[in-house]
Formats: sequence, C-alpha cells, structure tokens
Amino acid sequence: MKTLSELQIAASLDPIQLEPVSRLDLIKYAGASGDYNPIHTIDEAASEAGLSGIIAHGMWTMGNLSKLFSPFLEEGFVQDYTIRFARMVYLNDVITLKANLVEKAGEVFTFKVAAENQDGKVVISGVIKFKLY
Amino acid sequence: MYKHMIGKSSNKVLNTIERGAVKKFAESIGDLHPIYSDRDYAKNSRYKNNIAPPTFPRVLDFGVIEGLILPKSGLIHGEQRYHYERPLLVGEDIYCYAKVVDSFEKAGANGTMYFLAIDNNGEDLQGNIIFTSTIVMIITEEVRKGMGI
Repeated sequence: MKTLSELQIAASLDPIQLEPVSRLDLIKYAGASGDYNPIHTIDEAASEAGLSGIIAHGMWTMGNLSKLFSPFLEEGFVQDYTIRFARMVYLNDVITLKANLVEKAGEVFTFKVAAENQDGKVVISGVIKFKLY
Repeated sequence: MYKHMIGKSSNKVLNTIERGAVKKFAESIGDLHPIYSDRDYAKNSRYKNNIAPPTFPRVLDFGVIEGLILPKSGLIHGEQRYHYERPLLVGEDIYCYAKVVDSFEKAGANGTMYFLAIDNNGEDLQGNIIFTSTIVMIITEEVRKGMGI
C-alpha cells in the first residue's frame, strides 16, 4: 500500500463511496453514540420537525469521513479535524468521502476533506491535519 | 442569548475508554480497521494498544454545566472541531469536562441566529490535555421562541 508520507500536494486519497444510507445505519449510530434524537430514526419525529424524512446524524457523516485516514495510523494520527455541516443527509443518499492534500508543513499534512451526496453536493466539509510520527 | 454563560464549566467526570464501546462505535461508522478492536493487531502496532476513532468522544460524559438551558428540539449542529495531542487508548481512564466558550448572534433571512460554542475536553489522570473539541450549535429565532426565553 502507498504510504501517506509519499503523497504530493494536490494528490487525493482513494475516495470511498458508502452504501445508500439506511435506517439501520442511523439506529446503530444512535446506539453507539448515545444520540437518540428521534429526528434521526423515527419518521413522525422528523416530519414534526418539518423535515421531509429522517436525516443522518451530522456526526455519523463526520465519523465516516475520517476512516479515509485509518490505513495510515502507523505513520501518524489525526491531530486536527474540523468540519462544517452544510446539508442534510437523507435516507438512501449515496455519500462519497474525499480527501485532498493541500499543504505539507514539516510533519503536518493538511487535507481538505468533504462528503458529497449523489448529486455532487457537499454535505460536510472541512480540514484534517494529519501529524506524522 | 448565552453570553452570561461564557466561561462556565462542568465538573470533571471520570470516563473509561471502554473496549466494547469503541468496537461498537467504530462499527457504527463503518470504520473496520483492526487498530480499533483487534487485540493481536494492536500489540504489534506502534500504539501497542487498541485506539479510538477521532470522533469517539461523542460517546463520553462531559458532565453538566449548571444553568445551561438548551432547546429540547431544533438545535442545529453547525460545526465540530477536534484537536488531539495523541490518540485515545482503549482501556485508559480520562477526565472529561465541558465549558461554554462563546456565544454570539448573526442576523439571518429568517430572523436572528444564535450561536453557542462549547468545548468538550479530555485530560489524562495527571491533568495533561489529550484532546480538546468544540461544538458550535445554532439556535434559530423560531426555536428560541419555542423555549419561552
């Protein structure tokens, strides 16, 4: 496997396309995270909140996105991870995770990261600073 | 609307980075790397231990900030930031606390938007910071009215 330290500016990590978002994904995340806000799991609660359907936890998408970096944990770790939540993620959305290297400063590699939906719209975006050992 | 709360903290709460919780959390975000749950893999890794994914602190107990009243529904998660000195190790005990760090308002098309920033931090038992994190929440005018404040 390619090492992260070999990457050049403007290079991308291999993107990951997730399976369509399912209710079970969100029930599992609710259980694992302790976030039981019903707008993420129960149709009636979502519609009472004025939503067209249940939406993914923003933190579910953010949690997914950092797995682009898990293969490189022998080389370094996620030192900084900043995300802005831009759009809602609905059931059956197909999310693609992306990371692009924008800066190398000594041991710290800065990536622009984003998750996009099937329409190419950014749902979350931000920065990961990966610190090499 | 929360300016009077800036600087207020919770008490520190002792948390354990529980093996089962980390495994379940990693599975829930589809991050199946063995460093999070496979003991043998971990022994031979640089960490000599399983570690937790970067967003795992979502699971931890950061205590209660006295007097902080949040809406029961309609709270919008605007931004989330983490900073790590090192990854969290499975099995370790850490102290966690929350602190109100900012409160400001912006005029929006549908009325005022109220922003609230809370830090959720974790320290080792000697008081050294392991991670800091900030959650930025947005409360719309409509949601504020619903709170009756």
